[in-house]
Amino acid sequence: MKLRELIIPAQLREGENRGDSIFYLLTAFFALMIFLLVVLMFYEMYSMSSLTREKFGFTFFFRSVWDPVLEEYGALPFIYGTVVSTLIAILLAVPLSLGIAIFLAEVAPVWLEKPLSFFVELLAGIPSIVYGLWGFFVMVPWLRSTFQPFLSETLGFIPLFQGVPYGIGMLAAGFVLTIMILPIISSISRDVLRSVPRSQYEAALALGSTRWQAVRIALAYGRSGIIGAIILGIGRALGETMAVTMVIGNRPSISLSLFNPAHTMASVLANEFTEATTDMYVSALVEIALVLFLVTLLVNSVARLLIWSVTKNTKDVRL
Amino acid sequence: MSMLQFKIRRIRSTLMFILCGFCVILALIPLILIFYHTLSLGVGALTVEFFTQLPKPVGEPGGGLANAIVGTLILVALGSCISLPVGIFAGIFLSEFGNNMFAQAVRFLTDVLSGLPSIVAGVVAYTLVVVPMKHFSAYAGGVALGILMIPTITRTTEEMLKLVPTTLREAALALGIARWKVILRIVLRTAIPGVITGILLAIARAAGETAPLLFTSLNNRFWHTTLDQPIASLTVFIYNYGVSPFEDWIRQAWGGALVLIGMILLLSLAVRFVTQTRMKGLQ
Repeated sequence: MKLRELIIPAQLREGENRGDSIFYLLTAFFALMIFLLVVLMFYEMYSMSSLTREKFGFTFFFRSVWDPVLEEYGALPFIYGTVVSTLIAILLAVPLSLGIAIFLAEVAPVWLEKPLSFFVELLAGIPSIVYGLWGFFVMVPWLRSTFQPFLSETLGFIPLFQGVPYGIGMLAAGFVLTIMILPIISSISRDVLRSVPRSQYEAALALGSTRWQAVRIALAYGRSGIIGAIILGIGRALGETMAVTMVIGNRPSISLSLFNPAHTMASVLANEFTEATTDMYVSALVEIALVLFLVTLLVNSVARLLIWSVTKNTKDVRL
Repeated sequence: MSMLQFKIRRIRSTLMFILCGFCVILALIPLILIFYHTLSLGVGALTVEFFTQLPKPVGEPGGGLANAIVGTLILVALGSCISLPVGIFAGIFLSEFGNNMFAQAVRFLTDVLSGLPSIVAGVVAYTLVVVPMKHFSAYAGGVALGILMIPTITRTTEEMLKLVPTTLREAALALGIARWKVILRIVLRTAIPGVITGILLAIARAAGETAPLLFTSLNNRFWHTTLDQPIASLTVFIYNYGVSPFEDWIRQAWGGALVLIGMILLLSLAVRFVTQTRMKGLQ
């Protein structure tokens, strides 16, 4: 009886309806399954990566060799590729999507705002393989023939823009990621801006500020929500696989130039998992997946907490 | 002097808003280009045989991706078998019994899971299904897609059930109907269009996934007879054909991309239709 009192809430026990208790336990069981799923995912990847964890320990993350023949593995080139491509995407996408969010929330009349919002959200619905295909056949040739030569002519004194313009490489990956995370950041920021109380604007306008200054005050008011949206975009960029794989060149090297081919944690999984024949190889790849899992879990947790803190008192932000 | 400052501020304000409009245009360019290229390059591949025939061997032109289209449907169906019960019941739990720490934790985890990189779901399905079975299979692909579908279904079910007015629940309970019957036959039935919306959204996302299928369901150039064998999917075919050196295959990859976008567009239009017509009364 003690156990029953512990797991079934009081309001259901009082009615003494067996059906209610069974139904409650059934739904609670499935909710628990989500909980267990996360634990199971961690456990599976942790145990599958035991070989490399034991052999390399923490040095796995600081070694830049990746040689399946000699069974020498290090994740540094992939971590570097993931970090840099995400960084490019964030630097480009944040100002752009804030602009979009402000336009949609403050400027656009309803007849324009509705279809625009729909279009921007449509971007989020396009499968990443289509972005990859488009990037590979349309964007990369354009980068190679037009944009990268232009960059190296004008900004070539910066090491970032030196080297042979292959088209394929870190810059292409950064651009595709930018396009892909734009809708997430802009649609959440738009909702955050809308949840800022009207009185904030009105107070600012009454004090004589221009509409733009009022918007800046609204941005400051909702900043933790907007930071949350940005972090959510980071989470998406970190784990994006197909589009990046098709345009980044898939070479595990670390180089300063953004024109050079690179590799990310997600793209090495997509490329090499089916080829992994030895246990050690699989273990190395699973360990990379585990790191990716933990990092995105952490990044998403922070983002959710920030977004919740802003919007919990206002209308729900739909993702 | 102050008049001048005022003017400068006004001009700056207008300029910044124009800049915002410029951002919108800049974001629309890739979107329009992606649609344009997929349409113009893909439409040539869409023949009758594209939808009815198997892929031809290397070097022979023609053939189609019929097995891949069916394969994607099978994989999504398998994913739904896993994610529908978990998502809907967990959603009911969060909405109807969700006033405690445990529910809050599950809610948080679900939100966090919705940002899970799809490739990680593939790795998990690999360790869970492929390793014990010792070969690639449709089941493994279904598990990977199922994991990815759960968060969307759970959260939309919860949100939609919460939109049902409390008075409806109270009225039913006051008539002496058992709570579980109230939830299933009144609350869930009222919210069913919204729940279907969530399911369609999850299906649209799952149908477009490639990464989790690469090393779970792999690929197959023939009709699949059993579910414990590798199975073809539209997305993996697009990937394999897209990076191939054969012009005919690349053409078919664009065709596949067009079919995929068409499917997803139809689903999202269906979602709009369902939400706008049937949920209006509740919101």
